[in-house]
Amino acid sequence: MEQTVEYAHATGALSGIWLLVAIPLASAAVLLLLGKRADKWGHWLGVLAVAASFVLGLVFFIQLGGLDAEHRSAELSMWDFITVGNLHVDFGLLFDPLSGVFVLLITGVGSLIHLYAVGYMEHDPGRRRFFGYFNLFVAAMLLLVLGNNYVMLYFGWEGVGLASYLLISFWYGRPAAATAGKKAFLMNRVGDTGLAIGIFIMFATLGSTQYSDVFNGVTALSGTTVLVLGLLLLLGAAGKSGQFPLQAWLPDAMEGPTPVSALIHAATMVTAGVYLIARSNHIFSANHTLQTVVVSVGAFTLLMGCIIGSAKDGIKRVLAWSTVSQIGYMFLGVGLGGGAYALAIIHLVAHGFFKANMFLGAGSVMHGMHDEEDIRRFGGLSKHMRWTWLTFMMGWLAIIGIPPLSGFFSKDPIIEAAYARGDWTSWLFGTAALLGAGLTAFYMTRLFVLTFHGPERYTEQNKHPHESPFIMTVPLMLLALGSIVAGFLLSRHSAIPQWLEPVTGEGEHDPVMPPAVISILVLVVSVAGAGLAWALFRKGTALQEQPAGAVVTAARRNLYTDAFNEAVFERPGIYLTRALVYLDNRGIDGIVNGIAAGVGGSSGRIRRLQTGFVRSYALSMLTGAVLVVGAFLAIQLGWLA
Amino acid sequence: MGDLKLPDIDYGALMPMLILFGAACVGILVEALVPRRSRHGVQLGLSFLAVVASFVAVIVAHGTRKITIGGAVAVDGPTLFLQGSILALGAVSLMLIGERSLERGGPFVSQAAVTVGSQKDVRQAGDQPGATEVYPLTLFALGGMLLFVSANDLLTMFVALEVFSLPLYLLCALARRRRLLSQEAALKYFLLGSYASAFFLFGVALIYGYAGGISLGAVHDAVANPQRSEILLYGGLALVAIGLLFKAALAPFHVWTPDVYQGAPTPITALMAACTKVAAFGALLRVLYVSFEGVRWDFQPVLGTVAVLTMLVGAVLAVTQTDMKRLLAYSSVANAGYLLVGALALNKEGLSSTMFYLVAYGFSVLAAFGIITLVRDADGEATHLSRWAGLGRKSPLFAMAFSFILLAFAGIPLTSGFTSKFAVFGAAVEGGQTWLVIFGVISSMLIAFPYLRVVVLLWLNEPGETTPTVSIPGFMTAAALTIGVLATFLLGVVPAPLIDLSQDAAQFIR
Repeated sequence: MEQTVEYAHATGALSGIWLLVAIPLASAAVLLLLGKRADKWGHWLGVLAVAASFVLGLVFFIQLGGLDAEHRSAELSMWDFITVGNLHVDFGLLFDPLSGVFVLLITGVGSLIHLYAVGYMEHDPGRRRFFGYFNLFVAAMLLLVLGNNYVMLYFGWEGVGLASYLLISFWYGRPAAATAGKKAFLMNRVGDTGLAIGIFIMFATLGSTQYSDVFNGVTALSGTTVLVLGLLLLLGAAGKSGQFPLQAWLPDAMEGPTPVSALIHAATMVTAGVYLIARSNHIFSANHTLQTVVVSVGAFTLLMGCIIGSAKDGIKRVLAWSTVSQIGYMFLGVGLGGGAYALAIIHLVAHGFFKANMFLGAGSVMHGMHDEEDIRRFGGLSKHMRWTWLTFMMGWLAIIGIPPLSGFFSKDPIIEAAYARGDWTSWLFGTAALLGAGLTAFYMTRLFVLTFHGPERYTEQNKHPHESPFIMTVPLMLLALGSIVAGFLLSRHSAIPQWLEPVTGEGEHDPVMPPAVISILVLVVSVAGAGLAWALFRKGTALQEQPAGAVVTAARRNLYTDAFNEAVFERPGIYLTRALVYLDNRGIDGIVNGIAAGVGGSSGRIRRLQTGFVRSYALSMLTGAVLVVGAFLAIQLGWLA
Repeated sequence: MGDLKLPDIDYGALMPMLILFGAACVGILVEALVPRRSRHGVQLGLSFLAVVASFVAVIVAHGTRKITIGGAVAVDGPTLFLQGSILALGAVSLMLIGERSLERGGPFVSQAAVTVGSQKDVRQAGDQPGATEVYPLTLFALGGMLLFVSANDLLTMFVALEVFSLPLYLLCALARRRRLLSQEAALKYFLLGSYASAFFLFGVALIYGYAGGISLGAVHDAVANPQRSEILLYGGLALVAIGLLFKAALAPFHVWTPDVYQGAPTPITALMAACTKVAAFGALLRVLYVSFEGVRWDFQPVLGTVAVLTMLVGAVLAVTQTDMKRLLAYSSVANAGYLLVGALALNKEGLSSTMFYLVAYGFSVLAAFGIITLVRDADGEATHLSRWAGLGRKSPLFAMAFSFILLAFAGIPLTSGFTSKFAVFGAAVEGGQTWLVIFGVISSMLIAFPYLRVVVLLWLNEPGETTPTVSIPGFMTAAALTIGVLATFLLGVVPAPLIDLSQDAAQFIR
């Protein structure tokens, strides 16, 4: 890590990278500002904008590939964003292999989900508004990954947050949606504050927030500073990515429309934390303790997500907890450092495909089932929804890591890398990851079987499930294709590790067991988990929640994390607020109101001097004149001075 | 009998004034010779032409620094900057004055004896395009103001004071609606104005006794090199200052302001609030900076006290006003206080920031009064505050413009009110007058309340039965409003060009 970080200036076509952000932003502005006038064609504009960004992104990506590894980056300084004292922040963009991968994921998966949403939101009166927010999200997310300094990143970070809150509470008439939006907002504030303070520390210690300056300067910092800085960045990352201890908002965020869950809360935005850590790899690699913390957060969260996911009955809830858990894998990867950064990115991209696929599949199921979410009320849908079933199956096989689908190629190496950490923790983290794979297989199979197989357990109004229209199934097919081949293509000949090497550096592998043994173990554990679930839920399940043991009850209650938050943060917070309100009403307002009353009263009294009679005006002028002349003369005669 | 020596006259430097006075004389001839029907168009065109030509003459004369016409007139940076400001603000005022589409016959009428609403009144409103005498009167007033800011001796200054005051007294009396109120206002203004003029003249006499001359330079020399009793000096300075403080509406010489602002036809109120303020402060700056800089330590505390009193009186009394025009009158009083704070800095920044403030405030106040001319019901302008309740629902565009102007008055960033206050307060701190700034900030806080109360009234109250509608502005009012609001915004966002200009200009010639 002693090499200096330098980014080449953007040249040729690459100097147009700002268009990537500008196009969806302009489209969002049109959609949100034109109002009802854009209702008829607005959604197509939204789709077109993201698709255009994708095509451009592809062109830039190929351009970038043509550069040699030494200079494989394009930095574009557009204008001075903030210049105050010593603080200079560029409005600058950076297109390098890491941001390139993200751009393609965001715009590629984003285009498909936009297309799907045209069908999904067809009957919603707020469709234009929806696409406006959606485009806003894409623009902000692209800014997040394309910024060349931490302030730009923070700008995009808050932008995606805003879009996320707007979209979670898109159906703001529903109390649950409004509350979920609020929850997401509050929990993200905690993380965002951490990130902001982290950026302040960078400026205070390094005098810059520019990536190149920070990464080159970080080696000169003391270990403690790096640790604190890294922990703050990690807090920000955990907030955005729904990692422990800030995971509670993500499952609730499923109150938004399903395309939102797919794009923002599964495929892209929630991986921003992984991006942040991968981008800041120079900081995280500089401190071993820091890496251990990241790995621990990842490992803990991935197990937590699996356990809770096994006990949930809402189709989107299970997928949400599965997202939490899969991002745990990614955190595990980026925490391991070295070559594992690239592995985490592979898993991130692969996950983007299969999770978006399954979320959209879930949306398709709900579309045909009158918005029913409860998997206990599904069953046997494979007969009614062939395409949804087939595509969902690809996602299911991918996530549980059956070869040759993408999960196998992306998750397996992370588990291997966890076993290769180098000391006794290899066993701890490796085994956690292995156990997670088994649990993943269990709860995903449970979801799949209960939804698509077994006896039909429909409610009265859901007698006739139907397949969704083509505009929804075509994106599903494309995403399913992605779920099948993405992992293989990405890891073939170490394509991604080599591609990312200029950004993340190389890694060394030396696992405690031979890789082949680990692979086989993972496969065995996964198949066992899936088989167990198949055996248990093949015949359906109880329609009501059954009494269960302590572990299952805890899992149903999100491992009591919500209760913990309520007891430790919410209640004291409410009491503190009440005390402050009391103080404000009685103390501060008393003073303020007193002053206001004083001013008003004296105003009323002095006002009476304004009688309207010229004679009294003349008198007051004369008095004033006597006083002024008197004052001058008094000064002259030395009375006052 | 010795030879009469003609004084040296630089016509180029005097051109702005000559154009205005010449055009005003032509305007009187127009009144006599041009048929009634076409008089309005001719007068309006003539006035605009004169103001624009005069403005061009100011631009042509830029960079001039000389004392001409026998020491009576000094043309220097501040003169030209202030003359340019008066002309720019005057042009916008003319747009408001020239508006005839809001009301049959326009806002002015010169037949005092005709009862409002009588048959004769209606016939007259239909036949005549309103009192076109307002145009030559306005031009005379503007010409007098140009002379006032350039006067280099105290007598010329007095003449200029009368030249611009007399037309204003007349203009105040010409309101079509609420004629009695308007005439009363004019009479009050005239009486108190004459009273203040007497103070001024008496002060001039005392100073002549002290300095043996009345040119500002001679007074400066006498102050630097005292020969006679300083009682003459201080008495004279106090009385001259009082005359000027009266015109600038500083407490306790502000008492005429609310009555006159309320009674005068609104376009004339706008003219007074914008242009008269520039002229009065222009003369005050010149007198203080050129003649009396040597005794700054003596007059700073006295005039500082006046400034504090003005800021507090303006802010506190604004709180309980119920009439929009009176509210703006007190706001104008408070602003005069802020201007005096800048003027009392007595340094280059003080001069330039005061001049900048004058321009910024002038444009905002023109826009504010412009909007007041639009909020009308069957009886003319509805100026009572309660009538403005809920106007935001009925006419969001105008309520937005008015709110923006009020925020500017309150000194919210991104408006010229913020940049200009920041400039004068900054200059005062630099000039060692921090105590004035403290009072200035307190006063700003107080006066934000009445402004924000109006904003709340506009937006958060339900429109009542009696909420008037906002008339569609004619082209002229629309243009005036656009210019005012735009200037308020631009001077808040990119103030640098005008500040640079005022700093380049901030050097008096002695």
